Amino acid sequence: MENSIWKRIPLNSNYAAAYGAKDSDVDVVAAYPITPQTPAVEKIADFISNGELNAEMIHVESEHSAMSACIGAAAVGARTFTATSAQGLELMHELLHIASGLRLPIVMAVASRALSAPLSIWGDYSDVINIRDTSWIILIASTAQEVYDSIIQAYKIAEDPDVLLPVVVAYDGFMMSHTYELVYVAKNPEIFRDYIPKKVNWTILNVEKPITMGAVANPDWYYEFKYQQVLAMKRSYSVIKNSAKEFEKRYGRSYDTVEVYNNGGKIAVLTYGGLFGTVVEAIDYMNKQGTQITGIKLRLFRPFPLQEIRKVIEDLKMLIVIDRAISFGAPIEGTVAMEISALLHRESIDIPIYSYIASIGQRTTTEEDIIGIVKDAVKLFESGKRISESIYWGVRE
Amino acid sequence: MHYRTVFDIPRDELLAPGHGLCGGCVAGTIVRLLLKVAGPNTIVVNPTGCVEVSTTTFPYTSWRVPYIHVAFENAAAVASGIEASIKVLQKKNVIDPSKKINIIVIGGDGGTADIGFQALSGMLERGHKVMYVLYDNEAYMNTGIQRSGTTPLFAWTTTTPIGKVLKGKIQVKKPVAEIVAAHRVPYVATANPAYFLDMMNKFKRGLDVDGPSFIHVIQPCTTGWRYDPRIGIKIARLATETAMWINWELDHGEFRVTVTVPKRKHVRHYIRVQGRFNHLTDEDIETIQKYVDKEVERINKLVGKEVIGPVVE
Repeated sequence: MENSIWKRIPLNSNYAAAYGAKDSDVDVVAAYPITPQTPAVEKIADFISNGELNAEMIHVESEHSAMSACIGAAAVGARTFTATSAQGLELMHELLHIASGLRLPIVMAVASRALSAPLSIWGDYSDVINIRDTSWIILIASTAQEVYDSIIQAYKIAEDPDVLLPVVVAYDGFMMSHTYELVYVAKNPEIFRDYIPKKVNWTILNVEKPITMGAVANPDWYYEFKYQQVLAMKRSYSVIKNSAKEFEKRYGRSYDTVEVYNNGGKIAVLTYGGLFGTVVEAIDYMNKQGTQITGIKLRLFRPFPLQEIRKVIEDLKMLIVIDRAISFGAPIEGTVAMEISALLHRESIDIPIYSYIASIGQRTTTEEDIIGIVKDAVKLFESGKRISESIYWGVRE
Repeated sequence: MHYRTVFDIPRDELLAPGHGLCGGCVAGTIVRLLLKVAGPNTIVVNPTGCVEVSTTTFPYTSWRVPYIHVAFENAAAVASGIEASIKVLQKKNVIDPSKKINIIVIGGDGGTADIGFQALSGMLERGHKVMYVLYDNEAYMNTGIQRSGTTPLFAWTTTTPIGKVLKGKIQVKKPVAEIVAAHRVPYVATANPAYFLDMMNKFKRGLDVDGPSFIHVIQPCTTGWRYDPRIGIKIARLATETAMWINWELDHGEFRVTVTVPKRKHVRHYIRVQGRFNHLTDEDIETIQKYVDKEVERINKLVGKEVIGPVVE
């Protein structure tokens, strides 16, 4: 990697997202400040004012207008970028459905954060999990390097003519957005031009060939539009995998929809985002103590990577899923745990799942907590207990 | 060039016939004339509303220019994105930089003065070169005649019904064009389709200025105002003849009343032909008359001479 095309610089994940957008040569950025996303757009403003990025920045008056402006910009053929967190993502929620319904390849970084009330600026995944039914592709990164690489891959995925769906690249608010890691970035972003060529594969507003976008669809047509999105989301799965493969071939860094650490243990801990780093540390410790634990990282939340998950869990004895958001009133309140339960049932695989909720509102979750969760789950498993409800780790009742 | 007579009006029809607006709807007239002024190098952004739902039912469209509808409250933000995008793509030579592309928002009063006002204010403050045309039918007509911020005093709507205690809207109309003018944008005007040449010249000026422009057009609504669909334009004319509606423009800070009314009619001529005001007593009408008299006085003072005359019966 220490060859001539990369420079290795310290970046937090917000800056890594900004570098990813710059190196994707975006044309239009529309964004509104919100903690913990703000440094991402500040960095982009720097790039534009220094002439490092030739783009228009629209200083909108709300996140609702940020996504609206991105929709307008993409509708005339611009490569667009925005970033937000929590309340901002909620404010644009209506437009998330419209961006995907209009099949516009917008890319958005989300520094994930807890939702109010009570007000919390701190990191968890309540905001990201909340947008799961908006027909956006959702990637969750767990390192700053992955944020940078994923933004670039996101344009490859979103603009693929078989996909044409918007993409979110999420990462932990604060734990990643504000902590620095060494990241390889391109010395010359021209190296990405062949990987993500500027080619408008989607339908745009053009005065030479007038079309109507955002039409009214009555009961005789609406269903078909939505089904087209279902198919696009299904097709996106192989595009996501292939985009990662091509990225690895060209640039040497590999990613998959689901990633495994210390494969072979019969007990596995699955989570997503920056917390996976803590899980890895805990696994190393437990392995030294003689307990073989496998770590599973979910990198792709939508479309849900069924085949990959199946592959990595089918030989397990038990699976622990740590969710970082709460689906109130759901059969299993940890969303990812519930989705994996549905998968297991569908595939007639009988593996006990232990759903844990942790790091809500960025309640500190250390290696010791992960070890504690594993011990707790193993104890339940060994006593023959199958738990159907999520367990709230560390909460004061 | 100015539009001086009907013969100056382009014959091109960029709003195709066969739309689903109500018979006699004046919004159709306004949009049709607007597109004649704008021509084919135009992108239209339309928030949710009457014009949107009645011209774009898939698989049909009435629009012969590129058109986009996104949502109710964000047309000005969508237009901002389009404008910024065209600007940068012309800089990068992706779109022919010599081509002038008009970006026009056509929005109703709800989508502009109420739910869409934040996005509009943002667009104006940022200075995007977009012309925003408000067709103001003074209520949420598309959802079935509910009160909006621009509904006038005492008007009946389905959410300001005539009951034993309350009779119609209890507040006055929001002065949208003046609030827009407070943003110090290059061009703001009010217009009336009964004075269509004046209206079209204002559309033209709005497209010519360098920066945002805003044209507030009164649009009588046969369904919501409760009148015979044949007399929409007549009612529009009465609005100006009674000074319930004054046609003015503010061009780079220069204020001018473009349709002077030397002798005014009493407001009852405008009010009594509309079912939405059926419940008004003579006293109520006098209250409105007094309000209009004050407005006239204020406008005359602004201009510095009497451009709107006294009520002469």
